[in-house]
Amino acid sequence: METDWIWGLVGGGLIGLGGAVYLLGNGRIMGASGILGGLIDGTGRNAAVEKLAFLAGVILLPLILQTVFTAPASTHMTSNITIIIAAGLLVGIGTRIANGCTSGHGVCGISRLSLRGIIATVFYILAGGLTLALFRHVLGVI
Amino acid sequence: MRQFLSFLAGGLFGAGLFISGMTDTTKVQGWLDVFGDWDPTLAFVMGGAIVPMFFAWRLTTGRAPLVGGSFPTPSKPEIDHRLVIGSAMFGMGWGLVGLCPGPVIASITYNGWGGLLFLVAMLAGMLAAPKFGVQLDRLATKA
Repeated sequence: METDWIWGLVGGGLIGLGGAVYLLGNGRIMGASGILGGLIDGTGRNAAVEKLAFLAGVILLPLILQTVFTAPASTHMTSNITIIIAAGLLVGIGTRIANGCTSGHGVCGISRLSLRGIIATVFYILAGGLTLALFRHVLGVI
Repeated sequence: MRQFLSFLAGGLFGAGLFISGMTDTTKVQGWLDVFGDWDPTLAFVMGGAIVPMFFAWRLTTGRAPLVGGSFPTPSKPEIDHRLVIGSAMFGMGWGLVGLCPGPVIASITYNGWGGLLFLVAMLAGMLAAPKFGVQLDRLATKA
């Protein structure tokens, strides 16, 4: 749709505002993989309630928005079990090894002009583009 | 206060991911698909998110967080094998399915069994990461 970019910009603004609240309010960097990873491996135990409150917001708002304002949102999720498991493992290991994902390195890192954030973003975008090209256009499996 | 601000931040993040279409895997894969039907939306989302965050970082100088404590200090600009290989692995998984950690959580109530399976695999990967990292360090010192 031609209006998708407007929704992208508006939604992006909200994501940035969320990051700003988390930073200026709680003094923390809004990184989804760090928040999740810290909760499950115990390294973030000191702020567990705070992190759970964050996740509750992340889950609740889309649930409300999609039940109140739109028809059930389509995610076009693949049903290929092997691909889902492999991708999930790669995302889990990769984001913890690199210490960040699209929100932490991407949104919060680039906006701080952090070299680590910029380098990480370049590498995950390149890897994502190449993997998609290989599996979609060469192998034709996704 | 701490919990409320955290919930508010999460709510804004989740609402933003939903409104921008980032919980739809076609939009994410569409942005990565430069050889196919390219979709520019993700660039607008990134740009839209970076602007408020840029000003937020500016506001941190000479101040303290609302709830007290201190702001995170910039990490040493260390570009090591962990950053590069970890990011590349994350990118591979991201490209394969079109999901990254934020949208996985945001869409968990409407993404069916596939979303749940992805979450479980991702959490397992996060638990395995420290061991994997040690192996990676060993390889890096050999190289």
